[in-house]
Amino acid sequence: MTEAIDGITRAIIARHLAQEGAALPILHALQAEFGYIPEETLPQVAEELNISRAEIYGVATFYHDFLLEPRGKHTLTLCRAEACQSMGGVALAERAKARLGVDFGETTADGQVTLEQTFCLGLCACAPSATVDGKLIGRLTPQKLDAIIGETVR
Amino acid sequence: MKVFVPCDAAAIAVGADDVAAAISEAARARGLHVEIVRNGSRGMLWLEPLVEAETPHGRIAYGPVDVDGVAGLFDAGFLDGAPHPLRIGRPEEHPFLKRQTRLAFARCGITDPLSLDDYRRHGGLKGLDRAIAIGPDATVEEAVTSGLRGRGGAGFPTGIKWRTVAGARAAQKYIVCNADEGDSGTFADRMMMEGDPFCLIEGMAIAGLATGATKGYVYLRSEYPHAAAAMNEAIARARRYGLLGGHLLGSTYAFDMEVRIGAGAYVCGEETALLESLEGKRGQVRAKPPLPAHVGLFGKPTVVNNVISLASVPFILAEGGAAYRDFGMGRSRGTMPIQLAGNIKHGGLFETAFGITLGELVDDIGGGTATGRPVRAVQVGGPLGAYFPRALFDTPFDYEAFAARDGLIGHGGIVVFDDTVDMHAQAHFAFEFCAFESCGKCTPCRIGSKRGVETLDEIRAGIEAALKLALLKDLCETLKFGSLCALGGFTPYPVLSAITHFPEDFGIHPRLAATE
Repeated sequence: MTEAIDGITRAIIARHLAQEGAALPILHALQAEFGYIPEETLPQVAEELNISRAEIYGVATFYHDFLLEPRGKHTLTLCRAEACQSMGGVALAERAKARLGVDFGETTADGQVTLEQTFCLGLCACAPSATVDGKLIGRLTPQKLDAIIGETVR
Repeated sequence: MKVFVPCDAAAIAVGADDVAAAISEAARARGLHVEIVRNGSRGMLWLEPLVEAETPHGRIAYGPVDVDGVAGLFDAGFLDGAPHPLRIGRPEEHPFLKRQTRLAFARCGITDPLSLDDYRRHGGLKGLDRAIAIGPDATVEEAVTSGLRGRGGAGFPTGIKWRTVAGARAAQKYIVCNADEGDSGTFADRMMMEGDPFCLIEGMAIAGLATGATKGYVYLRSEYPHAAAAMNEAIARARRYGLLGGHLLGSTYAFDMEVRIGAGAYVCGEETALLESLEGKRGQVRAKPPLPAHVGLFGKPTVVNNVISLASVPFILAEGGAAYRDFGMGRSRGTMPIQLAGNIKHGGLFETAFGITLGELVDDIGGGTATGRPVRAVQVGGPLGAYFPRALFDTPFDYEAFAARDGLIGHGGIVVFDDTVDMHAQAHFAFEFCAFESCGKCTPCRIGSKRGVETLDEIRAGIEAALKLALLKDLCETLKFGSLCALGGFTPYPVLSAITHFPEDFGIHPRLAATE
């Protein structure tokens, strides 16, 4: 582990250690800082929380949100749950995969875009929905999707 | 002059932030002083962004407004409520709102969500005031009297849960708010937290007072960053105001709370998985008993209630449990914020007393599909809820009535599908979703969901279809009775309802299915 990562990790852990059940807040903070959770930080988290490395690795890999690999420059997340399916979400998912040439959970070869899936953003009366780098998008259409992809791959 | 532009995530997703900025800009250019209030959503989501101007004749709404239309609104004189093609009129006169009974959502869309003065002016804090006046025991009894049942989906009587925790002896007890609203087709929790966060805070403070719990957590899903921001800000303001802290509104009762963010696991909406997650562990389901009311968060007695259950509490305390109980039917008392979603013309939040029929909700209030095609199926109660055909549209919205028809109301979400839906694909998705979200603790859910996907694939391919269908039904029995929690236990609902009501999509002749 580089000294920089080591120092930042130490500071993040220290900030959350007094909280009850600090594991998730720490992992969220690490991901917010680095964009993913560098695997080399996990032993340090385990030691400070007084749990085994296996345990913290288990937590980090259980939750869909936590990433142990960096993402692309942009992230396009499509909702694939039922309300969005009822408004053409399945076709949009296929379109996004075809346009980007990747499957869900994958990043384009140039590292520009990661395509992710989610199951419900709570925008179910404005379906289909998506997020681009965290920005919410409702009433998504094939045209809007193409425009978004055009901007992100540039 | 005041203009209201919702800060609700659904409104933002369709451009509310840009519209607010455009209104601000246009007002400046015209030398007008306009104060923009970011209210919650009224719940008429097909009209979002719904902009309201405060006029001498009340608030006049226009929607859906987009950035390009802002100049036209100013030209028409919308600040004075002038005519315009997008003019809705007074929102409270709109049939969609007029037909509702808003108890939990009484303030949502009307007030500034982060103004405690506004909250108090519109009836807020009356419930907590009364709870402080009558004390813990009487507060628990009001909750029992109200007949309120868990709005997360399980429908367990809230008051009974409180009584159990109140009676437990422990140095520390907890109130945990389940805000892991993962069901597709539901957004009531999100709208409440974004549109009236103090209502949830007040409800949790009352629950704390009633049960002797001094610490609360809101376990909020990571997909709701706007709700998290609103809750965190509201909690900070509530502390400064004395609504939270060592002396609730100057009383001798103490309660404080914080927000914890989930990490994208549907199963954490199950209360014991949620508690594990809050403790910093994998979100794996615990075997019950012991119940969380006895052995909950960190092993301490814990109330786990859904957002809407807790947000219903301020009304119950302010007006009395009997006033709440007077709404509804049978054993389903009070009101339910029903969420109309998916392929529906008038999608949004409709709070009403139990007893309204599914057909009224979908056809009359929802106006049928957004695509204009016939409604073929509706899924009620999220991804673990049953699919209903039109033939069952006379089912009243009521816990028992839905159970009697092999369905559930869950968290009150209704997702509408038109006649292009492939019910085999929907059943297939139900198993896929279960496999994807399974916590892995119990075999029926972890393995059974995979086998379900494969078996449906074989049925589609016509490989011993009749045999496989029998096998699938058997598998559903195993899931239903052998799973630890509702994820595996309820996945059979969407699957079996799809097969029962739409047999033709599984290659079964409808007449054969009927005689089976």
